[in-house]
Amino acid sequence: MTLTVNDVKRIADLAYIEIDKDEAEATLTQLSGIFNLIETMQAVDTSSVEPMSHAQSVVQRLREDEVTETDQRELCQSIAPQVEAGLYLVPQVIE
Amino acid sequence: MFNASLKQLSDQLAEKKISSTELTTEFLKRIKQLNSEYNAFITVNEEMSLDQARSADQMIAAGQASALTGIPIAQKDIFCAKGWLTTCGSKMLSNFVSPYDAGVIERFNQVGAINIGKTNMDEFAMGSSNETSYYGLVKNPWDLSAVPGGSSGGAASAVAARLAPGATGTDTGGSIRQPAALCGISGIKPTYGLVSRYGMIAFASSLDQGGPMARSAEDLALMLNVMVGFDPRDSTSLQRKVEDYARDLQKPLSGLRIGLPKEYFAEGMSKDVECAIEKALDEYRKLGAETVEISLPNASLSIPVYYVLAPAEASSNLSRFDGVRYGHRAKSYSDLGDMYRKSRAEGFGPEVKRRILIGTYVLSHGYYDAYYIKAQKLRRLIAQDFTQAYQQCDIIMGPTTPTVAFNLGEKSGDPIQMYLSDIYTSAANLTGLPAMSIPVGFGNKNRPVGLHIIGNYFMEAQMLNVAHQYQQVTDWHLKSPV
Repeated sequence: MTLTVNDVKRIADLAYIEIDKDEAEATLTQLSGIFNLIETMQAVDTSSVEPMSHAQSVVQRLREDEVTETDQRELCQSIAPQVEAGLYLVPQVIE
Repeated sequence: MFNASLKQLSDQLAEKKISSTELTTEFLKRIKQLNSEYNAFITVNEEMSLDQARSADQMIAAGQASALTGIPIAQKDIFCAKGWLTTCGSKMLSNFVSPYDAGVIERFNQVGAINIGKTNMDEFAMGSSNETSYYGLVKNPWDLSAVPGGSSGGAASAVAARLAPGATGTDTGGSIRQPAALCGISGIKPTYGLVSRYGMIAFASSLDQGGPMARSAEDLALMLNVMVGFDPRDSTSLQRKVEDYARDLQKPLSGLRIGLPKEYFAEGMSKDVECAIEKALDEYRKLGAETVEISLPNASLSIPVYYVLAPAEASSNLSRFDGVRYGHRAKSYSDLGDMYRKSRAEGFGPEVKRRILIGTYVLSHGYYDAYYIKAQKLRRLIAQDFTQAYQQCDIIMGPTTPTVAFNLGEKSGDPIQMYLSDIYTSAANLTGLPAMSIPVGFGNKNRPVGLHIIGNYFMEAQMLNVAHQYQQVTDWHLKSPV
C-alpha cells in the first residue's frame, strides 16, 4: 500500500486537523513506515476467525429510565471557551 | 520516612507514630525541593492535599481508618479530580479544571487517601518515554540522561525518587509496566474491567485499564484493594465479589508452573536484560517453582494489531476535543469547521495527531475490513495463544522490555522504534489479561530491569503472591536511586 500527500491531507480533513504542506509531507514518511509494520498482519490467514472487539464478553447493562444526574450547568460551563445565557457559543452555522 | 514502604507508613499512621498532616507536609516539601530535577508532577496543590490530610487525621482519630487512610498517593494526570487541573499531558486540556472526580479518585477519597499531586505523562497516554508531554519530558531518577518510560513516566519517576510512596497509572499497551520496569519499581495492570474507567480520560477504551504503581507487591496489593470495584458509570466495569488482594501474599510457591514463551526469549531481548531475567528465574526455581517452555505463535503480531486498534479507538475518543465545551479553542477562525481544525491542530502534539490520522485512515471507507476487522481477528488468535498456554502453566514470565531505559532523545524521532518498546506488554491489553512488572536487577549503565509476570484472568492475588515471595528473598525493590 502506498500513501500519497493527498491521502494524508484527506485523512487530516476527515479528522478535522489542519495540516500544512510541510507537515503533510513529514507525516507521510512516518505513516508509510508505520503502515509497513501494520501490513505484516496480512501474512496470516484469518478467513475462519471471528473478530474480537473486546477482552470480556459482557452484555450491555440496562438501567431504569430515571434521572440520575443533577443540574450542573454552571459548573460545567465555567470551563467552556465561550458561553452566553447558559448556551455554548460557536461560529454561526446557518445563515 | 521517604524510604519507608506504603505498608510501613500505613502501620505508623495506625499506631499514631506520625500523623497524615506530618507525612503529607514532608512529601510536599520533598516534591517542592526535587520536582524541578525530574519534572514528575504537573500540578501540586498544597492546600488541597493538606485539607485532605487533616480530614484523614480526623478519620484516624475517630477509629475509621483503613490501610490507605492518610497515605499520599500521586495521581496520574489522566484521572479527573474535582477542582484540580487535569491536563492529560496536553495543551488541549491545559485549562481544564475538572468539575468531577473519576471513579478511581472517588475510591481513594472515600478511604481518606491524600492526592499529593498530578503526575506528568505522555500526551493522552500516547508514548513510551514521557517525551510527548506538553509539560516537558520526565527524567529517570536512576540516570538523568535516561527516559523514565511512558506513558505513566511521571508516576514511575515519582515513586522511584521517593516523591510519593505509591502512584496511579494507566496501561493501554504497557504504560504502567514499561515505566515501572525502566524506573525499577513495581506496577500492575489488572484484568480489564476491574478498575473503573469513569473519569479516566479515554485513549483506547477496549484496552485502557488503570492500576497501581509502588515499590513492592505488598504495597500494590493494598492499593489494588482500594482501586478495584464495580462502577455502574463505566459500561465495561465488571460486577464481581470483593477480593482481598493481599490474602495470598505469604503462600509458598512450591509446584508453581511458570511458562516461558520461547518467542519472548529470542532475538530482540538484549543480553543484559536476559542475564537479569535468567537470574530471577533461578531464584523462582529455588523457591520451588518449575519452569516450562511454552509458545505464543502470534506474539510478533501484537504490535501491528495494537497499532491498528489503539489508534482506531483513539481517533474516535479524541473527536470529543473540538474546542466547544471545554479545552483549547483557537484564537481566530473563519467558520465552525475552521475552528475545529485549528483548535485541534494547535491543541494536539505530533504523536497524538499521528495516531488520530492512523486511526481515521484504518476506519475510513474501503479500509475498514483490511485493517480494523483484520486486526480484530488477529486479536482473537493472540488471545487463543494465551488460553492454550495456560493449559501448560499457571503463570507466564518474561522480560517487561527488550532493553533497559534508553537515552532521552534516542527514539523520539523514530515512532516505530518507540512502538517496539511495548513488544512484550501490548498482548496483555489486547487479551485483557492482568500483567505486572517487578524490578529484578540492573543492566547496562546500571539501569533497572523489570520482570514481566502475566497472569490468567482475575489471578491478581496469585501474581502478587508470586511477586511478593521473590521480594522476600531479594532486595531489588528496596534499591534506591536517591
